[in-house]
Amino acid sequence: MLRQLRTMWPYLLRYRWRFAAGIAALLLKDATAVVAPLLIRHIIDTLTAGLTLRRVWQFGLLLLGLGLVKGFFQYWMRWIVIGVSREIEYDLRNDLFAHLTRLSPRFYGAHRTGDIMARATNDLNAVRMMIGPGVMYWCDTFVIFLAAIAVMGSIDWRLTFFVLLPVPAVSFSVGWFGRLIHDRFQRIQEMFSDISSRVQENLSGVRTVRAYAQEDAERERFGELNREYIRENLRLARLWGSFYPLLETLIGLTFVIVLWLGGRQVLRGAITLGSFVMFTSYMGMLIWPMIALGWVVNLMQRGTASLARINELLGQKPDIDDAAVRDGGPGEIRGEIEFAGVGVDYGAGTPALDSIDLKIPAGQTLAIVGPTGGGKTTLINLIARLRDPERGRVRLDGVDVREIPLERLRASIGMVPQETFLFSETVAENIAFGAGQAAEAEIGRAAEIAGIAPDVEEFPQKYQTLVGERGITLSGGQKQRAAIARALIRDPRILILDDALSSVDTLTEERILTHLAGVMRGRTTLLISHRVSTVRSADRIVVLSGGRLVEQGTHDELLGRGGYYAALHQKQLLEAELEEA
Amino acid sequence: MSDGAAFHVEEETLGKLYDARLVRRLLRYLRPYRRLVALAVAMLMASSMLAVAGPYLTKVAIDKYLNPQRVPSLLDAWLSADRFAGLSQIALLYLAVLLVGFVFQYVETYVMQYTGQKVMFDLRTEIFGHLQKLDIRFYDRSPVGRLVTRVTTDVDVLNELFAAGVVAIFGDLLTLAFIAAAMVTLSPGLMLAVLAAGPLVVGVTFLFRRAARDANRRIRVAIARINAYLQEHVTGMMVVQLFNHEPRSRASFDRINADHRDAYKDAIRAHALFYPAIEWVGTLALVVLLVYGGHRILGGTLTIGVLVAFMQYALRVFRPIQDLGEKYNILQSAMASAERIFKLLDTKVEIGEVAPASRRALPKPDAAPDGRIEFENVWFAYQGEDWVLKDVSFAVEPGETVAIVGHTGAGKTTILSLLLRFYDTSRGGIRVGGADLKDCDPVELRRRFGVVLQDPYLFSGTISSNIRLGTNTIPDERVEEAAEEANLASFIRSLPRGFDEEVRERGSSLSTGQKQLINFARALAHRPKFLILDEATSSVDTETEFRVREAVGRMVTGRTSIIVAHRLSTIQRADRILVMHKGRLRESGSHQQLLAQRGIYWKLYQLQYKDQE
Repeated sequence: MLRQLRTMWPYLLRYRWRFAAGIAALLLKDATAVVAPLLIRHIIDTLTAGLTLRRVWQFGLLLLGLGLVKGFFQYWMRWIVIGVSREIEYDLRNDLFAHLTRLSPRFYGAHRTGDIMARATNDLNAVRMMIGPGVMYWCDTFVIFLAAIAVMGSIDWRLTFFVLLPVPAVSFSVGWFGRLIHDRFQRIQEMFSDISSRVQENLSGVRTVRAYAQEDAERERFGELNREYIRENLRLARLWGSFYPLLETLIGLTFVIVLWLGGRQVLRGAITLGSFVMFTSYMGMLIWPMIALGWVVNLMQRGTASLARINELLGQKPDIDDAAVRDGGPGEIRGEIEFAGVGVDYGAGTPALDSIDLKIPAGQTLAIVGPTGGGKTTLINLIARLRDPERGRVRLDGVDVREIPLERLRASIGMVPQETFLFSETVAENIAFGAGQAAEAEIGRAAEIAGIAPDVEEFPQKYQTLVGERGITLSGGQKQRAAIARALIRDPRILILDDALSSVDTLTEERILTHLAGVMRGRTTLLISHRVSTVRSADRIVVLSGGRLVEQGTHDELLGRGGYYAALHQKQLLEAELEEA
Repeated sequence: MSDGAAFHVEEETLGKLYDARLVRRLLRYLRPYRRLVALAVAMLMASSMLAVAGPYLTKVAIDKYLNPQRVPSLLDAWLSADRFAGLSQIALLYLAVLLVGFVFQYVETYVMQYTGQKVMFDLRTEIFGHLQKLDIRFYDRSPVGRLVTRVTTDVDVLNELFAAGVVAIFGDLLTLAFIAAAMVTLSPGLMLAVLAAGPLVVGVTFLFRRAARDANRRIRVAIARINAYLQEHVTGMMVVQLFNHEPRSRASFDRINADHRDAYKDAIRAHALFYPAIEWVGTLALVVLLVYGGHRILGGTLTIGVLVAFMQYALRVFRPIQDLGEKYNILQSAMASAERIFKLLDTKVEIGEVAPASRRALPKPDAAPDGRIEFENVWFAYQGEDWVLKDVSFAVEPGETVAIVGHTGAGKTTILSLLLRFYDTSRGGIRVGGADLKDCDPVELRRRFGVVLQDPYLFSGTISSNIRLGTNTIPDERVEEAAEEANLASFIRSLPRGFDEEVRERGSSLSTGQKQLINFARALAHRPKFLILDEATSSVDTETEFRVREAVGRMVTGRTSIIVAHRLSTIQRADRILVMHKGRLRESGSHQQLLAQRGIYWKLYQLQYKDQE
């Protein structure tokens, strides 16, 4: 547990003075709180002995004043301690996110999004509960018990002992029930997601269900889960049903003890009636700390478990970094790309890429075609170091890409990935995503070349239109064109289009390609496509299949060879004919 | 980056606080359990009443024994005159009250939860049942996720209302009433003194609720934004990194994160102010009691016991007032959920049961091939006038195998959907065995078809449960027989648990080809009169391909079959090929005849099927 807590040290240290102030407020609050019952004792005792109205008023005002002072410190205690816990949560969440931005696609391939998010939200909150309310209530309980026991004990230590007997029972049952309720609740949550996925499955497979007339059987299956779900819920209800009444009974028991034993002491003349009432007041004051004691233990347990999960995430080392960069790396990048004996393995089996040797002179256009799973995307992902190869080297201007600072390397590349990913921001923000402070004119120009500008003009708020659920839903082709604009605006030395026009119709494609031809001049360009029309004018075309280069040459050369490329060409001619039929 | 504009999270739509129509409809669900509800209410009343007893017993103890006064009390007849014995009697009585209260409270909580759960069960069953009847067209336009929420989250929100909301409100009011009654009996004057603090409690609570509500709203928005931002950036981290966007992403996240912190800090401030304030109001009530009570005691018109009892009542009387504010939110969101649920339940079913009177007899569901399938001038559009099928007519004779081919979007799959009555035709008619589909009960109709849809859908369960689906009357032998016929048996036997092998999330552990074969076996195990097969386009490995091909061959033999075909082998096996193009039936004939025509089929053949030779 202590080892896990070590992560928290720097954060706790940062706020040590505020923590100290919070604890000071807590002590002062408890000090004033403990005095009040003493005053009440005094009032009652003087009442039985006869006193003047003036004295009653004095006591009353004193009580009110004490209440004000106590309230003042109570405010500061909560505001400071809980406030600090939110500050730490904020710091830690920022650090977590920053860490996430450094982890490579390999990490994201191996971890589920929901799991990562749970750590940055739920687990983080559990840790905050531990260092905020957890610490506060722990201190509060400790101090107030100590003070109350001291005062009560000084009046009648034996009565104090008996009165406090139910306290461990209350704390223990809060802890025990709390854990049990948490577990059963967790179980219910799991069942809840079972039910959700059952319904989800049924509704997604609605055609199969109907086709096989399985409606009744499905109702039956759902009914079973539904029954099980309420059974679990009732198990929890039984706990709840006994928890609160039990708590009230146990707390009530302390009052019975005060009444019975305290009353006897009064009858014996061992304590005064005022002391008797004071005992009652103290017990009223201790109700919440009794409960908190059990609760805090659970908070600590949950908090440390969550902290372990967060530490695990923070412990992930980024596998793509600038470790191999020497002397700040090379200067300006021209854009000559070379693959030398490159091999990539995805787990066991045949390698995804196998001894690829390929050189693309700066300013030239290379097109890559080939069947799905042939290794095209894997190959181009090596350039921007989305992955490092297992064997061989990828060189840029003759320098291993691992020796170029990541930031400079990627700044020289404009990439349109295969799966177009846009953010829920405005069209303008999406286009200017990689361009720092882009002027409006630049955004417009990039959109023009990418062929998205006419579409944007139709949007309700033009470039300020939000993309995604809360704004406009773009078609596949529009998304791709926006992504092209996003790559172009960076004015990159190297342009990489991974099947970036697949959802665009042939006519639009032709227009975009004409625009692009001008832009691509002088830049090294890599094009992946399934369409001959896209790749035909490239300086060189390679066919990648089964992780190997199987054909390469110009359009005409490859047609003459009669291989994969020629067949592809043939098919697409036919397709065009069919469109017109 | 204009952060504010990019992130405005929808406020959850809250319904009215109270909608009589909705409440009446909800109450109807309680009717079967009215006895239980009555029991719970009785228990609630009893335990609220007992809550008054403790302070009263304290009062009697003080006035009768600890500081004897000559005031009569209700308990005089039963209590001992001896002070020590009497005190013990009161303590025992107190203990008894506590124990009885425990039982009452337990029974009340449990019974109410039980009732709530039963009602939720009924409601969930009803919604799910209704979903099983709704038209396929309804599913085309409703996102599955939202429908799932109706059955799950919305129902759970209502449960809150039944299990915590309504009952607790009632309990709070009862407690308030009983305490007030006890106070009036003991001393009306002191009661007024205590209740004088009431408006302050209400005021402070109201101010706090308002401040907290605003902060809570901002918190919810901030949490939603953090989740959305994380979700999006974890998913799109590659793009963030490719475009060197990390510093700016961190800055945007920092802003959202700070909003989250600040919203919480406002809530903390509200809480930090509220607790001391409300406690101080309590102290104020106490002081008023002491001063006014002290005054009365000095005048000899009040006993110390009554004063002490009032000090305890004062602590309890304000709690229900504070609780009531909390119930407001529960009510509000329950109304919104109820509204959504009832809206779904009120959605009409169009393709549903056919009145028995007009129902037409379908061919008997056995395997002998009889019953023609006829399409007559069928037009169909999913929406408005976007015709997917235009004037399509053809007939399939008993025992005949017909292959439908065409480019994507030609309307092939739609033909199958119409035949299964997933949709009704816009114009024209379809007849099966002479009966117009519109006169057929859809469930009865579908029982006659063995269907393999394009996306081979598997349910979580075992392989055998996927073959059998819910039709438990299918014996094990027939499942095995079907697997044999679908060329699947040898594969299944190679699995460690054979037919009982677990199928995980939609069959993610199986290959596409294997999934197809399981779907074949499913169709065969149901002994269909007609076979409908929508061949999957995705390619499979050669070994499986061979198995699939063979299985298709076996399946169509002797069965009236309609196949949307992508395999050359399937097409060649068909008695007749229908060529669909842009919604129309353009060519029809045998493979050789169609090739000789050198029309659309010829081109399709060159494009899609030639490689398979």
